[in-house]
Amino acid sequence: MTDIAEFEEDVPAQDRGRTRIGQAVLWILLLGFVLLAPFFLYPVFVMQLLCFALFACAFNLLIGFTGLLSFGHAAFFGGAAYICGHVLTAWGFPPLLGIIAGGLFAAVLGLVVGALAIRRQGIYFAMITLALAQIVYFFALQLPFTGGEDGLQGIPRGYLLGFINLNDSLNMYYFVAVVFLVGFLAIYRTIHSPFGQVLQAIRENEPRALSLGYNVDRFKLIAFVLSATLAGVAGSTKAIVFQFASLTDVHWSTSGEVILMTLVGGMGTIFGPVLGAFIVVALQHVLTGIGSWVQVVIGATFVACVLVFRRGIIGEIARLLKLHSV
Amino acid sequence: MDDTILEARKIRISFGGFVAVKDVDLKIKRGSIHAIIGPNGAGKTTLFNLLTKFHRPTSGQILFNGQDITSRKPAEIAKLGIVRSFQISAVFPHLTALENVRVALQRKLGMNYHFWRSQKILRQLDAEAMARLEQVGLQDFAHTRAVEMPYGRKRALEIATTLGLEPELMLLDEPTQGMGTEDVGTVTELIRKVREGRTIVMVEHNLGVVSTLADTITVLNRGEVLAEGPYEVVSKNPQVMEAYMGVSAEEAEGTDA
Repeated sequence: MTDIAEFEEDVPAQDRGRTRIGQAVLWILLLGFVLLAPFFLYPVFVMQLLCFALFACAFNLLIGFTGLLSFGHAAFFGGAAYICGHVLTAWGFPPLLGIIAGGLFAAVLGLVVGALAIRRQGIYFAMITLALAQIVYFFALQLPFTGGEDGLQGIPRGYLLGFINLNDSLNMYYFVAVVFLVGFLAIYRTIHSPFGQVLQAIRENEPRALSLGYNVDRFKLIAFVLSATLAGVAGSTKAIVFQFASLTDVHWSTSGEVILMTLVGGMGTIFGPVLGAFIVVALQHVLTGIGSWVQVVIGATFVACVLVFRRGIIGEIARLLKLHSV
Repeated sequence: MDDTILEARKIRISFGGFVAVKDVDLKIKRGSIHAIIGPNGAGKTTLFNLLTKFHRPTSGQILFNGQDITSRKPAEIAKLGIVRSFQISAVFPHLTALENVRVALQRKLGMNYHFWRSQKILRQLDAEAMARLEQVGLQDFAHTRAVEMPYGRKRALEIATTLGLEPELMLLDEPTQGMGTEDVGTVTELIRKVREGRTIVMVEHNLGVVSTLADTITVLNRGEVLAEGPYEVVSKNPQVMEAYMGVSAEEAEGTDA
């Protein structure tokens, strides 16, 4: 089996050359963009891209690689943003610890929501996650520390590790870039791990995975918690970048947006959610001038995607070029 | 008692008011091939689901090697050494044949929850997976995704995957269903080959397969055991002939209409 030594997964022999090239191209594009983008684009905008890209990748771990459609991921993203904002503002935590606190909060919340939701499948699973996320929204509106309708404002960026001033936009940018890349690699590794292999088996044929002796529910729950944690990391980072956490972050429309990003880019692909997030966030930026018509344009894009390329952009490219695991 | 590997005592299951399996007693002899036959709707697959815990019996008891497994979960059953196949072919379509078998093999590595480890660690199982594929004649398909394999090969892959767990007891749900004559022959040969050292329970429609393979046959009708014994005995049982042939004939007319 030495001929497949460079692949983590087993790729059909005739597709190996193309797959290797395809993967290399996408990695170079991604790394090139992440390293160089702030010199061509407004850094805060690129940071927003990266935060949402990480959010979409975390979401994709669940829908694309486990087969679970969560319709409440905003709770983890936005909930963590509030927690991170609070510990930075009220308790004076350093930024890195704030992100960890946000991630941990999302993990615990994910454990609770996941444990309840995985008892059901399909649309019922989605409805339970939505209902629980609405409860989180309610708390975000009512709890004293969240600032209610105004949100949590003026979150200090502070100093990373005590000496890197994050008020400098390039410093802030590269910190966000590192958070994104670490999160992205964590997801990549999870997908290509023994655990990820079982997840894929569950997604492909759940009764069979069960009959082979796998405790399917436990695998789903762990995947759910991992996904929630990384969504929380994305939300916390976003709160530091924009220096505020708002109700929009926990609103159900944000849960919808992340589904959109993942589907546009290609669910179950590795790079798809990144591209999908870039497209949706960029559209929102470019089209701010037309007000609420943005929603119409994004909605139309979504319909077009679902009709024309059901597998998403990266998914369709992979199918046409017979690339695996991109 | 020691030569009974699996025993069902008066198991019954009802869905709403309908009793699908009615107080069935069943003893599977260690090392045998035991076929469960019967007309459509006789409760064969339901009985199968009961034995593998995909359904919980309404009443009754199931013993595996003398141990009560009535309230165990499907995943636990597999760990005890009872592995089942499904009526529809149970493969992981977008994994290659090699990866399909590896999914079964990797459980014993004890790192299934290790999401931080590279999948490359599973390579150590490749040689064993390959051996399993060779056992069923699939070595040339190792790097083909299951979805691209012909139907008969998928069933063979399913058996290779099941064998990966080295089950003491294999339950095959209609292993030759939907196959052409040639594939039926291949799979029959395969089952004969892999029976060594294990017990096989199969639900099967194809009487040709049953007559050549099975040591014992249980005939089910309307959720009850109608007859039991070797093929020669069962096939001459007038009740069986009436129930089995009678309903099949009606059914054939039904599908024509």
